[in-house]
This record gives sequence, structure tokens and C-alpha cells, in this order.
Amino acid sequence: MATILLIEDDPGVRRGLQLALSRHGHEVRTAETGEDGLRALGAAACDLVVLDLMLPGISGFEVCRRIRAAGGVPVVMLTARGDDFDVVTGLEAGADDYVVKPAQPTVLDARIRAVLRRSAPSDGVRVHGGLRIDTEALTVTLHDAPVALTPTELRLLLTLSRAPGRVFSRRQLLEEVWEHDYLGDSRLVDNCVQRLRAKIEEHPAAPEYVQTVRGFGYRFGPL
Amino acid sequence: MTGGLRRAGAWAHRLRPRGLRTRLLVAFVLVTVVGAAAAAWAAAGSAGTALVDGAQERLTGTVADRVAALAPELDYPPDEEGLDRLRAAVGPNTLVTYEDLRSADADAPGPGIGPVRDAVRERDRISVRRITDDGAPKLLIGMPVMLTDTDGARTPSGIEVYTVRDLSGVEGQIDVLTRSAVAASALALPLAVLLALLAARGVLRPVRDLRDTARRLADGDLGARTVPQGADELAALTATVNEMAASLQESMAQMERMRADARRFASDVSHELRTPLSTLTAVVDVLASAADRMEADDRESVELAVTETRRLVALVEELMEVSRFDAGSAALRLEEVDAAEAVRDCLRARGWTDRVAVEADGPVGLLADRRRLDVIVANLVGNALRHGAPPVRVRVAGDGDGGEGTGGGEVRIEVADEGPGLPEDVLPHVFDRFYKGDAARTRTPGSGLGLAIALENARLHGGDLVAENTEGGARFVLRLPRDPGGDRDGGHGVGHPGGHADGPGHGEEER
Repeated sequence: MATILLIEDDPGVRRGLQLALSRHGHEVRTAETGEDGLRALGAAACDLVVLDLMLPGISGFEVCRRIRAAGGVPVVMLTARGDDFDVVTGLEAGADDYVVKPAQPTVLDARIRAVLRRSAPSDGVRVHGGLRIDTEALTVTLHDAPVALTPTELRLLLTLSRAPGRVFSRRQLLEEVWEHDYLGDSRLVDNCVQRLRAKIEEHPAAPEYVQTVRGFGYRFGPL
Repeated sequence: MTGGLRRAGAWAHRLRPRGLRTRLLVAFVLVTVVGAAAAAWAAAGSAGTALVDGAQERLTGTVADRVAALAPELDYPPDEEGLDRLRAAVGPNTLVTYEDLRSADADAPGPGIGPVRDAVRERDRISVRRITDDGAPKLLIGMPVMLTDTDGARTPSGIEVYTVRDLSGVEGQIDVLTRSAVAASALALPLAVLLALLAARGVLRPVRDLRDTARRLADGDLGARTVPQGADELAALTATVNEMAASLQESMAQMERMRADARRFASDVSHELRTPLSTLTAVVDVLASAADRMEADDRESVELAVTETRRLVALVEELMEVSRFDAGSAALRLEEVDAAEAVRDCLRARGWTDRVAVEADGPVGLLADRRRLDVIVANLVGNALRHGAPPVRVRVAGDGDGGEGTGGGEVRIEVADEGPGLPEDVLPHVFDRFYKGDAARTRTPGSGLGLAIALENARLHGGDLVAENTEGGARFVLRLPRDPGGDRDGGHGVGHPGGHADGPGHGEEER
């Protein structure tokens, strides 16, 4: 269904996840280190990266940062539960989602599909102030300059701008954008909002488009 | 009677000075003042005696001289005129007698001369006596007039002279002396207080230092020491306390090392297990998807491998959770939660909605870690479903001011079943790790860590979890504060230094 690059240093886990994800219909390429992974990404495009955070050589966080700097390929991290530091750092490095190890292939597959769905087109063009969102071509321009968004950032912007002025709670956003269950991690939303603001707001500290509604969540506008 | 005694005793006890400083002060002042007063009193006394004796001697001598000067000129037996001359020579306040003749002036000694006259007549010598007349000290002097023969023998002439002399001048001098003594004692008082304070400070400073050290030790600061001053008993005591603290510190450090080693080992084992488990989890998923095409035995083996791998994953996960609690690295991520909704979500996610009844009077808001609350509820309900009997009921209720989760108050979640209840011998151990309450427990799919983890999670929130038996089964009562950050002094979560909100919880909305 999708082309996935799996960066994982342990050979057993690497092969096991490759087998399992292949069984779920994906084409899985693998890399043993972050360096190999970045090289493979440069050689041939893929739809999504599954990234173990504990890597020899350059760390998973660094790999994530470089992937994010290079373009919009979504990243799903593999992390240890309770290693909150990993989760926070990984999300700040730009990961779209994370799965706790040992990862169940069904769960991992569900997350991968949810992330990929975020790139799916929908209706028409929305114009809000200097922001122009083409929901068919999935492009965003700010004062006619193109803005490069990751699928997750795009999906978040699409969800919020669908109903300007409406307040979305973090849980609603987790369910709609990330397709998480009721225990979803609200830090995913907060981090993604920050990244989105950095790209589309003129003053990210005093946001105009994605506003915080204290105690409830976020809303688009009012402008 | 005894009551009165006891009251008096209690009163005396209350009066007794408590502090060492007060006791030292009182003792010092008492000793000094009593000593000074005694010395002054003794000095004033002996000086007074010497003064009186001197005055008495002087007065007596004067009278004797005057009598002796006139005596040779008298005729014997004397007439009244001779007696008058003698009286005039001696001075005022004088009585002169010769057998029945008397010569007296207005202030002459009266009937009070009896004892002196007896002494004069008996011994033919001067006799004196101190008397008090109208409150003033006086000296009564009695004297026989002696005749000296040509051969030098002295015989009484029968003439007797009695006179009274004033001693109040001497008394005044004694008063001055006494006043000086009192003044000297009074001067000693502030000096005594000063000395006592100095001495008390010298003794008390090491005692106070030692007390401060002991208190710091008791409070857990095992590095607390006192530098011994000098070489007295207090210095020896200080050195002993220091030795005790050092050995205590060493033992504690060793115990702490051992505990840390054990914790690290458990944590390391769990971490190491996770990598092969990741592989297993992945490949049993592949196997399971192929199970439909397998022979019955193969399929059963695969299904067993799948369930047991999941159990193993859950067990390792719980072991790691326990090691995090032990290491104090379990962190709370607080956010606004509706407890009633959280319970329903938990039941829905596990497919228990049909088997468990939820009673709640509407939303019950609190600040909690959503995942940890879910773990507690899942463990309690799972436990009730496995060991109790239906119906299993969950009651959610809050008290205090609710809603915003700002003030005090707490949220109560009760999980009750109608089974046989918990055996009395199991009840105290129900939250122990891997406690095997009954034979049936060992066959159930629970890991044996679930309730222990539930309790740790409750305490991490500053709440509590207790198990009890009702008439109709077992009941677990979870109590959580509405705002775990609000009553940090509550004491329960104290064992987890890292255990407070650090993630994006409330307050994160500002970003």
C-alpha cells in the first residue's frame, strides 16, 4: 500500500517488523543506522519513515530533524513507554506520531495509515486573510509564497479551518487528525500547533490563525 | 486532701524552671546572693560587736575615772550633800546611794537597776547591762565606790553609783555597716546574673549545637556533624554523636546502594527483554495472519504463542512501571479529566460496558494523569471481574468544590462486586507485589502487579486506594484529590520526587 523506510538497529526487530508490515500490505525497506536511512531516503523517495529513537551513530532525534529539514516525509517514532523525555524530544524534532515498544504491528499499521490519510485531498480552496489553502492540490500559500507543510500539519490546518471560529479540544483533534483513541497524548497536538504556527503565523507568539482557547483547545481565527 | 497535695505538687512542678539556662541562672544567683549576704552579715555583726564593746569600755572608763577622782575627797560616812556632789561629778542620768540615802536627778535609773545592783553588791565590782529605754539602746552602769587603806587593801565604802549612758550613736554606726553589707550583696546580684549567663552560654552553646545536629540527623540529613569544642564531657558526647552519625550514614549509603542496584537490575532486565519481545510481537502477528491455513495443532500453537507473547509484553511493561515507581522517576502528566467519562472510556475500550454498571451524578472534574487513572480503573474492574461475582458496580462521586479542579475536595471511585469478598488473611496483602492470595489467583491472567501498580498510581496523585469487605462482596475505594498540585503537602506522593506534573498539562494552553 505504501513505501515505508524502517530505520532500526536490532536485526531481529528490523526483520520482524519488516515481515509484519509487509503482511499488512506495505513495501518495507530497511536501514540499520541513521546515516544509512538518510542515504536511502536521498536515493529513493518513500511515503513514510518508521524510526527507532535508540540508534548507534547519529541519534533518532537527529535523523528526525534532518528528515524534517529535507521535506515533508512523515515520521512515526518507536519509543519506550514512560520515557517521556524521548517522546517530548522526538515530537519537538518533528515526528508526526509515536508508537510505544514493543510495537504491535496492527497498532503500528493503524498509525501509519492514519498519517498517510492526512495527505488525502478534499474540496475547494479556502482563503483566510493572507492564507490560501487549496484543499484539492493540498498546497498552502501565505501572501502568495508557498508554505511547505508536513501531512500532519496540513491535516491539522485543514481540520481547524474547516470550521473557522469553532473550538476543537485536544481530544477531538487527536481523534480527527491522529485517529488516536481516548488515551491519546495531547502533546502531539501542542507540538504540531507550534510547528504550524512557526510556518504560517507572522508572530507565532501572538498567533492570528491558530489561536489558543485557554482551558479548551484551539480554534481557527476569528481573523 | 490528696487532691490538694497533687495540685500543690503540680503547681510546684510548673514553677520549677524548665530550661537549663534558667536553672543555672537561679542556682548561680542563689549561691552568690546567699554567700554575699552571709559574708556581709557576719562582717557587719562582728564589727558591730566590736563597736559596742569599745563604746561600753569607754563609757565605763569615764564613769570610773570621775568616781575615782572625787572619791578621796568624800567624808565617810557621807552625807546627802556628798552624795549630790558625787552625782554631779558623774554626770546626768545618775543615781547615787548609801544605805538609806539617795541622790538622784530627774532621769536617774529607776527600778530596773535591780540585777545590776545585785551584781555590784555581790562582787564589789563594776557591772554593766545593756537596756532599752523608750526604744533607744542604753547602757546601765553600776559601780561601788571603793576605799583604799594605807596598806593598799580595797574595801567597799557602801556608796553605789548607777548611771545610764546613751548607745544610739553606736547603733547608728552599726546601721551604716549593715546598710553597706546589704548594698554589697545587692551589688553582687547583677554580677551573679552576668556570670550565670556567661556560664550558661558556655555550657549551652555546645548543647544547642548538638541538639541542632541531632535534629538534622533525625530529619534525614545524615551529613550533619558538630565540631567538638575543648576536651570536656560535652566534647566527648559530641564526638560520640558524630561517630554514631557516621556509622549511620555508612549503613544508609550501603543500603541505598543495594536498593539502587536491585532497582537498576529490574529495570535493566525489563529493558533487555523488550528488544526480543519486539521481534516476537512482530512475528507472532505474521504467524497469526497465516493461522487460518494451518492444521489444528499448528493453529493452536500459534494462538498460544500470540496470547503468551501478549502476556509477556504486559508483564514486562508492568515490571518497568514498578521499577519507575521504585526509582522515583514516575511522572504525572496532569490534565482536566471527567472521572465519570474516564471510567466509561476505560470500560468501553476493554469491552466491559455490558458487564459493569457505572453510577455517577454527572461530570466529576479533576486534574489527573489520564493514562494512570485508566490503569487504576482497568486494574480494579479487571480484578473484580476475575475474582468477584457480578454485578460489578463502579460509583463515581466528588465532594468539595468541583468543576475547575482548583480548590480542595476529592473524587471517590468505588469498585464493588457481589462475590465472596476478600479472605481476612488476604486483605492486608492485597496490594503486595505478586501476592498469591489463593490458589485460583495463580491461574488467572493477572500479572500479580496490577493492584500494586494501581496503589502506586493513586499515591502518585496524592490519593489513596483501600480494599475492604462489605456485606455483599469486596469493595475497592480510590480517593484522588481534585488538584494533586494544590495540596502537595498531603504527604502521599512524597516518596516520588520526580512525580509531579511536568508535561503539557493545565497551563500549557498558553503556547
